[in-house]
Amino acid sequence: MNFFWRTGMVLAGMLTVVIVLWVITDPSWLDLSWVMPDNVVSTFGPTLDNLWLVILWVTGIIFFATEIVLLVFMVKYRHREGRKAEYIHGNNKAEVVWTAIPFVIVMGLAFYSKGIWDEIRDPSRIPTDAYPINMIATQFEWNATYAGADGQFDTGDDFISLNALHIPVDRPVVVQLMAQDVIHSFFLPEFRVKQDAVPGMITPVWFEATQTGEFTMACAELCGLGHYTMGGTVIVHSQADFQDWLAEQQAAAGDD
Amino acid sequence: MSTTTATETHAGTAEHHELGFIRKYIFSTDHKMIARQFLFSALMFLLLGGLLAVMVRWQLGFPGRPLPAFIRWIFPDTMAPGGIILPEFYNSLVTMHATFMVFFALMPLMAGVFGNLLIPLQIGAEDMAFPRINMASFWIMPVAGFIMLASFFVEGGAAGAGWTSYAPLSSSGEWTGVYMGQILWLVSLIVLGFSSILGALNYVTTVINMRAPGMTWFRIPLGTWSLFITAWLLLLAIPILTGGLILLLFDQTIGTAFFRPEGSGEPLLWQHIFWFFGHPEVYILILPAMGFVSEVIACRSRKPIFGYHSMVIALVSIAFLSWVVWGHHMFQSGMNPLLGMTFVVTTVVIAVPSAIKVFNWIGTLWRGDIHFDAPLLHAVAFVSLFIIGGLSGMFMAAAPVDIYIHDTYFIVAHLHYVLVGGSLFGIFAGIIFWYPKMFGRMMNEGLGKVHFFLSFLFYNMAFFPMHNLGVQGMMRRIYDPNQYEFLQGLQPLNTFISISIFLFAFTQIIFAFNFLWSLRYGKVAGSNPWKSNTLLWTTPSPPPHGNFPEMPTVYRGPYEYSHPDVEEDFWPQNVPPAKSEAGGQTAAAPTPEPVPGD
Repeated sequence: MNFFWRTGMVLAGMLTVVIVLWVITDPSWLDLSWVMPDNVVSTFGPTLDNLWLVILWVTGIIFFATEIVLLVFMVKYRHREGRKAEYIHGNNKAEVVWTAIPFVIVMGLAFYSKGIWDEIRDPSRIPTDAYPINMIATQFEWNATYAGADGQFDTGDDFISLNALHIPVDRPVVVQLMAQDVIHSFFLPEFRVKQDAVPGMITPVWFEATQTGEFTMACAELCGLGHYTMGGTVIVHSQADFQDWLAEQQAAAGDD
Repeated sequence: MSTTTATETHAGTAEHHELGFIRKYIFSTDHKMIARQFLFSALMFLLLGGLLAVMVRWQLGFPGRPLPAFIRWIFPDTMAPGGIILPEFYNSLVTMHATFMVFFALMPLMAGVFGNLLIPLQIGAEDMAFPRINMASFWIMPVAGFIMLASFFVEGGAAGAGWTSYAPLSSSGEWTGVYMGQILWLVSLIVLGFSSILGALNYVTTVINMRAPGMTWFRIPLGTWSLFITAWLLLLAIPILTGGLILLLFDQTIGTAFFRPEGSGEPLLWQHIFWFFGHPEVYILILPAMGFVSEVIACRSRKPIFGYHSMVIALVSIAFLSWVVWGHHMFQSGMNPLLGMTFVVTTVVIAVPSAIKVFNWIGTLWRGDIHFDAPLLHAVAFVSLFIIGGLSGMFMAAAPVDIYIHDTYFIVAHLHYVLVGGSLFGIFAGIIFWYPKMFGRMMNEGLGKVHFFLSFLFYNMAFFPMHNLGVQGMMRRIYDPNQYEFLQGLQPLNTFISISIFLFAFTQIIFAFNFLWSLRYGKVAGSNPWKSNTLLWTTPSPPPHGNFPEMPTVYRGPYEYSHPDVEEDFWPQNVPPAKSEAGGQTAAAPTPEPVPGD
């Protein structure tokens, strides 16, 4: 037992030294932003982050409660000479309580999730005025395809913006995801958007930007040896700028 | 039971003729020897899987820096020219790390080692129901392992499509440059499947048919219960995987298009097949550890397991629910989003039996007499880390949150909390606890504690910050996160994690040394060093061929610790109640007044 406590103390000491050294040399890692990075730029993003935070609270409380009880029992009921453990086989009331309470909690979380999931993913709730873009993923590029001046796809005047997704602010867009070779995953971290692009399928994903600027586009599904390079940019324009950009590109495409 | 007579005649002829070296150590049909064979081979694969993980972390911790000179020479230019790991080799490393760990380390350690060791000894059987099938079950595994290892040496390198091998990336070499490697991967796992199926067949049959007199279903120790349930999962899940693998092999080799869209195939079909196997598989990898932990916690806190029946019911419910949750791996796959909610509900419900188990373990410690030896420390670490792994599962169970954290390091953190913090710590507890029965000697307690504390510390330093990487958006399986501007700030954290992994890996040398040293120089154990109740501990250490000198009769459940009517703090399952007194039993001394058998 002595050995046990001694080792514990030595290790606790070592841990402290490691932490102190690390904080002195590079304090940035202490920024364990358990709260989502505060960079969300889509309309449903904050709802999603909020659900995340609710789960963090619920699980956080359960985590501390159970781990503390575990630690207290470990210390309190450690072996001492001459003491015998109590002969207890269980307690049915306790079993009912700790079956019912987790059940209620998780079902609550499930139905809270349902509202948000439906808002984001229910196909019948994709905004009808959303601006349509076709996104064709290949190894290792994102081909954002826009309709030409006629507003129709596949009429010969479509144009492609490579690895740069241009969208207007404050207007929903619906991206029809397609893949030519293998599965890719369309990931916009700041928009809280992720959806696989599967060959042979067309998968719609919609979102609405709340501010202008340049944001990240990434591939989140292993798609081959260049997977890690399959990045791009989302460029959110003001609505007027977007129309200008669109007209310019459509004109260029029409000349071909 | 028909086996009883056989055992009695066995016991009558006390001297066995000695088997030759080959029959005893190589092609053995003795379940204890097969358990040891599984142990040594699985530990070698665990070492290999660990080294692959170290290489992965080298690349992530120090992207683009050449490997240290002393190992650089191992790798040809097709893997790491000048010591710099190539992206295609990185994909192979990630894939093969997971493959070796899941299929060649954890599964054999769980089912292979402990299924073989514990089941016959805990239920009072002289061996498995089908000893030769059991031998085949072991010998298939090194063959499959050899095929898998060979894939590193073929042109194009080892499989690099992830351990999940999502089609169509995995279904044609034109997308990865890996042709033969992927085929060998498929063949190896098809072959390995037979090992699991044959083993599981044996476990199920043995538990159903070969229990000693008095060993009713609710007197079976939880170790055997968990392995019995696991065997059912193996028996039902592995054929599904094998079927899928064969279809994928056809896509690869003879031009079918089950999973390739150009032949009207369906890429998502592979994911449905894989995860329909894959989620029961997750429980195959954790249920046995839950059983070991139950045994260790009850024995080392000298107290009956809290809520034995709920523990069994929880095991069974987890096994049933594990068949209806696979879709939570596919929330973002393009599967009909209206299915999402179904899988959210089933997935959160599976948290309930898991919570019941955690509360019952804590209940077992309550008012116990806890002996802090290495098995108990590992078992309690299992509980505390499984809590984290379980709770982090709630984040991805909620489908909307999963949109953001799917395929990020949050998932990597979660699965390693369950499979390393859970399964591996459970395996350490099991190995140290049952080592005396396997080898007749104890592992060194001091080294065991040092190994435990360092492992626990470095493990958490390595894996806890991975949650943070995930929340910051870092994707899984990327060769160099610095390609993305938004991930560049995470490099110091990645370096910290890598160093912690290296330290965690180094710490395992202590375990390896302790394991090997104790084979020869460990304290001689005697038959029951932990003063435990199960039939396993009534046999000599290690038990002879045929296990029990005479067929034991079981009088009570396995967790009668600190019974008020018994002077000692344990009461083995086979000790008759006081009224029959006398007898050659040495273990406990029941009080004079007669105790009704339960």
